[in-house]
Amino acid sequence: MSDVLNCNVAIVGGGTAGLALATALRAQGVADVVVLERDVEAGGVPRHCGHYPFGIRELGRAFKGPDYARALVRNAKAAGVEIRSGVTVTALHPNARLGLNTAEGNVELQANRVALCTGVRESSRAQRFLSGTRPQGVLTTGALQAMVYLNGKRPFKRPVILGSELVSFSAIMTCRHGGMRAAAMIEEGPRVTVRNFMRPYAALKGVPLFTGARDLRIHGHREVEAISFTNRRGVTEMIETDGVIISGQFRPEAALLHASHLDVDAGTGGPVIDQYGRATDPSYFVTGNLLRPVETSGWCWREAGETARRMARDLSDPIGRVPFVCQRSVDPALRFVLPQRIALTDAAGAMTQMQMRVSEPVSGHLVAMAAGNTVMSQFIDSRPERRILTPMVSLSRLGQAQDVEVKILR
Amino acid sequence: MSKSLDHDPIFDVAIIGAGVVGCAMARRFTLDGAKVVVLEKAAEVLDGASKANSAILHTGFDAPPGSVEQSCVAAGYAEYLDIRDGLGLPVLKTGAMVLAWNDEQLASLPALVEKAHQNGVLDVELRSREALLEAEPALSPNLKGGFVVPGEYVIDPWATAHAYILQAIANGAVLRRNAEVLGGVFEDGIWDLEVTSGAVRAKQVINCAGLYGDVTDARLLGQAGFTIKPRKGQFVVFDKPASELAGAVLLPVPTKTTKGVVIFRTIFGNLAVGPTAEEQESRTEATTETASLHDLRAKGIEMLPALAQFEVTTVYAGLRPATEHQDYQISQDVARNYVSVSGIRSTGLSAALGIARHVAAMNVGVAFDGGPIKNPIIPSADRLSNYHGRDWEDAGHGGIICHCELVTKREILAALNGPMAPTTLQGLKRRTRVTMGRCQGFYCTGALSSLTQGYLDPPIGEDDE
Repeated sequence: MSDVLNCNVAIVGGGTAGLALATALRAQGVADVVVLERDVEAGGVPRHCGHYPFGIRELGRAFKGPDYARALVRNAKAAGVEIRSGVTVTALHPNARLGLNTAEGNVELQANRVALCTGVRESSRAQRFLSGTRPQGVLTTGALQAMVYLNGKRPFKRPVILGSELVSFSAIMTCRHGGMRAAAMIEEGPRVTVRNFMRPYAALKGVPLFTGARDLRIHGHREVEAISFTNRRGVTEMIETDGVIISGQFRPEAALLHASHLDVDAGTGGPVIDQYGRATDPSYFVTGNLLRPVETSGWCWREAGETARRMARDLSDPIGRVPFVCQRSVDPALRFVLPQRIALTDAAGAMTQMQMRVSEPVSGHLVAMAAGNTVMSQFIDSRPERRILTPMVSLSRLGQAQDVEVKILR
Repeated sequence: MSKSLDHDPIFDVAIIGAGVVGCAMARRFTLDGAKVVVLEKAAEVLDGASKANSAILHTGFDAPPGSVEQSCVAAGYAEYLDIRDGLGLPVLKTGAMVLAWNDEQLASLPALVEKAHQNGVLDVELRSREALLEAEPALSPNLKGGFVVPGEYVIDPWATAHAYILQAIANGAVLRRNAEVLGGVFEDGIWDLEVTSGAVRAKQVINCAGLYGDVTDARLLGQAGFTIKPRKGQFVVFDKPASELAGAVLLPVPTKTTKGVVIFRTIFGNLAVGPTAEEQESRTEATTETASLHDLRAKGIEMLPALAQFEVTTVYAGLRPATEHQDYQISQDVARNYVSVSGIRSTGLSAALGIARHVAAMNVGVAFDGGPIKNPIIPSADRLSNYHGRDWEDAGHGGIICHCELVTKREILAALNGPMAPTTLQGLKRRTRVTMGRCQGFYCTGALSSLTQGYLDPPIGEDDE
């Protein structure tokens, strides 16, 4: 353990959000911005998404994931961002202090501000409580893509895909790219999850799709041999296969948060943030999919731009601790409400919109209540895969500070 | 039978099965001066019952007094604490609590405490509901009462057995994997064993075949005095922050057939709930079942309500080699230089060293040249504890490959190129913890597929031509 390192802004995670934030901070004139990436190269998830379309909004044309990741890295470096890869953040300490580990050992880094941009990952087989044996050859899409696009490896030849989110269709394309052929796509829900179903549907051609599957079970000893399930007619299907791709059901990569002094929100699985995008320690900002599962790279890129403006302002004119109220969902059908804290000040430059998602298809009035008053009401007709955006609740009518509860009146 | 060339040696002892008991046996007999061969039918050691357990070093407070199990657990416990520093085996002194959740269970506590005292575990003491809740504030207020067992430890179930067998190998023992014993003939004081990987000759056979104990006895002796009745246990492992909910191992009041569902911290920093106890026919297939896993999670939440907020990291299932008998089935066929060590159903990890001493003391009728090894080599165990120094903390580790469990390139390569190198992903996981964290391989499988190229069968992935 040598001296403590210093920098102005330390960004944890060099994916889309982290790189976009770093680049935008430099554009705002913020000096000494360092991105800490634990992988051997920055770029994040797009590094191993070898398909289109990335970057239309932010870079003006469609890229494949790896090219998009390289472009983000290039832009960041050109803007004067320092990217340090092979650096693992091992601890978040109060007041923007980080514990780091590299192959050379441990060191601490003291920044003026930290931004957490650690992104998301898919739920594992274990987290889904699947039945059956535990052979080799059960992978998440992310693991498959890293094998195929970054390591030139093929873990199986004819896998079955569990799930029907956008990433599940991306798994079909990854299979094609890697010389594999998906044997089937199996969805436990009553219908395909991805929105704008018709577009990715083209990718499905020739791949049998089963929705409403129950009693999923993996078979095989050393390696996967088959997957069985009860189909929507109540008949047991058995599909011979040598691999299972567990796709989707993203969750924030919040390991560092859980071990830290920062509060975590059970709804998003990410940190509790305020209207400025700060965690419960105001020296920590948060942006990207760590906030909530899951948005596209394009969305995270745009969000990071807004976060950069707030961070730049905070660095020149510190916001400090402000009085706030908490808001939360009190409805099981409403998975989360973001941000979790609303400032009771004029909140200049803060978020003007709230983000929400439902856990099941819901149609009704979204209502926010505080101290018995309705502070927001809006009709929604939504599904779990859709983002809900509403104007931030107005607390000006409240006589006293009281927490906001959000629910849906059907 | 006079051949004793190097390529066809006669071993003093052939140990069948490299579970934790076989590994401890190999260590004991090697240190006692025997030339030992260990025959494991799987590609890796610890591939049967020993791959999945609750990783607790028990005092034996609840074993039937006077049983072989009780004496082996007590002796194993003592020897573990004696040798573990030298081998670098980590322990977490958590202690345990046996908890009563209804009046009937509450009424049964004094007898259990009395039994513990009979077993020589004298620090076992009744505690009031209030005292227990003060010590473990996350426990449900529905608690009625309980007692404490301060001497229970949490240990590393794999590094422990690996350390035993690695010490045996370092001191001259031979391990053969993919070596299933199909049959054998005992003639003129020598066992001629038919093994899938090639014949083996030894003066003495010790059957530590676990789930195949009866099959092995039948193959070599013609019959077995017991039948293995595999009992499946499923477990749910929660994310590391959940470990703060329970300091001690939380045990239920046992029933006649099972110790019940336990909540325990692991030495790797997680909190686990399990096992179930399900009798089944298959000796190989330990499946997880969606309904049982939900049930285990619910049981955990019943005892520790705050557990509901924590993510699950992994789930697993294992098989215990139970028999129709309560006690261990350790028997000797003096005329045929054969010992059968079977029915080590759920306390094998704690008892292994004691079982090995128990068998060594049977005076198996074979004298070992030279006697005990004077200054045995003491290799260092894998350093995988969350609560002790790990490889990533030392400079020059070559980079972290598995980010969740902070497994370094250096330690993966050391395992792949060291003694008893793993040849399967399962084996590598037990040696290094790679892919065993919360992302279950989402981040590191790609890098791992390249790093392990040429080492594993089956490989994590084949080259994409």
